Amino acid sequence: MAPKTIFEKIWDSHLVHAESGKPALLYVDLHLVHEVTSAQAFDGLRLNNRKVRRTDLTLAVADHNVPTDDRSRRDVVLKDEVSKAQLDALDRNAKQFGLTYYDMYSENQGIVHVIGPELGRTQPGMVIVCGDSHTSTHGAFGSLAFGIGTSEVEHVLATQCLLQNKPKTMEVRVNGKLPAGVTAKDIVLAIIGKIGTGGGTGYAIEYTGEAIRGLSMEGRMTVCNMSIEAGARAGMVAPDQRTFDYLKGRRFAPQGEAWDAAVARWKQLPSDPGAQYDKVVEIDASTLVPHVTWGTNPGQVLPVTGKVPSPSDYKTAIERDSAERALAYMGLKPGTPIQDIKIDRVFIGSCTNSRIEDLRAAAAVAKGRKVASTVRAMVVPGSTHIKHQAEQEGLDRVFREAGFEWREAGCSMCLGMNPDTLSPGERSASTSNRNFEGRQGKGGRTHLVSPAMAAAAAIAGHFVDIRNWN
Amino acid sequence: MDPFKKHTGLVLPMDRAGVDTDQIIPAVFLKKIDRVGFGELLFHSWRYLPNGQPNPDFILNKPQYKGATVMVAGDNFGCGSSREHAPWALQQYGFRAIIAPSFADIFRNNCYQNGLLPVVLPDDAVQTLMSRALEIPNYRITVDLENTTVSDDHGFSVRFPVDAFAREKLLNGWDDIAMTLTKADAITKYERTHVPARGA
Ligand code: SF4
Repeated sequence: MAPKTIFEKIWDSHLVHAESGKPALLYVDLHLVHEVTSAQAFDGLRLNNRKVRRTDLTLAVADHNVPTDDRSRRDVVLKDEVSKAQLDALDRNAKQFGLTYYDMYSENQGIVHVIGPELGRTQPGMVIVCGDSHTSTHGAFGSLAFGIGTSEVEHVLATQCLLQNKPKTMEVRVNGKLPAGVTAKDIVLAIIGKIGTGGGTGYAIEYTGEAIRGLSMEGRMTVCNMSIEAGARAGMVAPDQRTFDYLKGRRFAPQGEAWDAAVARWKQLPSDPGAQYDKVVEIDASTLVPHVTWGTNPGQVLPVTGKVPSPSDYKTAIERDSAERALAYMGLKPGTPIQDIKIDRVFIGSCTNSRIEDLRAAAAVAKGRKVASTVRAMVVPGSTHIKHQAEQEGLDRVFREAGFEWREAGCSMCLGMNPDTLSPGERSASTSNRNFEGRQGKGGRTHLVSPAMAAAAAIAGHFVDIRNWN
Repeated sequence: MDPFKKHTGLVLPMDRAGVDTDQIIPAVFLKKIDRVGFGELLFHSWRYLPNGQPNPDFILNKPQYKGATVMVAGDNFGCGSSREHAPWALQQYGFRAIIAPSFADIFRNNCYQNGLLPVVLPDDAVQTLMSRALEIPNYRITVDLENTTVSDDHGFSVRFPVDAFAREKLLNGWDDIAMTLTKADAITKYERTHVPARGA
């Protein structure tokens, strides 16, 4: 048999129906649902008198709208009535259609892409979808996971399948070892900087190479998470012992004999030697440095040692034009050293960087120091479980003593659907994934960085090079 | 879904690359739980000044482009979030087709689900349409899905590539769910034999 990539193995084993010239009908093993992209899909089901085909393979959670201040009591009502209506709608829909739903008071609540892995629902070899572009995160476990729109959400609810055209495959091989102070976030920002925000369009990416193998599961999730920022709907990493160790004993992971059988199956997943990709990109991790975005898309990114570019540095008219717009929006002058850029806000959170390892990295920087008097900094854990774990480790105290706000879990200032937003003109160092205009609040200016870089910027009041800062 | 066969309309030149879905419709407007009322919110941050008045410099607000139904834009249109509210907003504003050198994958799928036609044309063709829309008053083009052509009254006519099945679906206004439900037996059969990696 011809050697296959992990993508092809998962694709082939999930084909319910295939006909040439038509999209394939793929079976979905896990469908994650959140409040923002589901209401209209449930309406569609009601309108057509349809049921959810597999309630056991569907999991709903509240994350995008939830407030991150006090959630200790159920009788503290949500001030934002529109957000409340949307959360209430998911609550009603989950009840009516018989779904498991973690509302904002649940101990299992958190950002949808954080709780799937954390609870062991995300497993190797699965096809996983969610009405959210960062579903690519789950690919870190060797699953094929991608974002879909609301009509497709309705389709999956009704049929547990999805019509999909087969993407092409791209191998992104990250060779060598990461230097100290350089993280998974910097790897993926460097990849996006190299291939561009449209470079992965039409592809499913598999990340391979020594530096990827060396990453923790958290780090692999960070890399896969931002595949969509390179245009790729799915990013994946073949499972290995680290993957199995992470999953073992988690709440919904197989137990006992079923675990052994699952591991035996999962070990078959990695791409066969000699498997062909449609495209291969190589990066040398040992040359990487911490990265900071300067513009209004994640491809407008620089090493922290760099200077804000000038539109004339770009080759095409359209690139010059977007650089000019980005500079104006960001309020930056060409030639400004990145490390001279002062910030007003820091956000440590989002499905890119809000897991325990991220919080530990940020806390290690914050320990014994103080947030600059000109900066407001917040830490928003990715899930309620992570929050509790961090509190057990004393990280909350480290953050609080340094002057960071310690908040409840949710998407928060990643997209500013709840009250956590930037004001017009405010500048943030953010561990999230999108620096689009207005992403964190209308007129807000976002620079994407790793957790350690964000924590250090909070303390210094401007960007610093974490490698030689103390 | 309403079928799309052929449409002639006024062209709006959106001379920017990487128009992301956060610009098409900002997140704060995604809290609605129905499918209507997104047209007024299209391009909200670009379209309105802080005082709520229309921004006269934004192309959508220029009187000569009032009533535009075809948009011509730069590459990677619709990148970012998976929000289907983006095609809903474009469609409810009145757009029937978007022409660009490339589209983000999820956005393109979402367009197909709603009968909004994404048309991929090469850079130079897009540039031609863009400059004509800027220079020729009341510049209209015809997007013909049956013949897969884009043409104007000034001698411009090109074919565009389109996935054959997507084309058929749009021409007929077929509904994906209804189609898939005809495969219910295959799904049940698959469920019986598939060994999913699921625990609980
Ligand atoms: S944290 Fe941000 S990117 Fe992740 S799911 Fe929430 S809003 Fe989307």
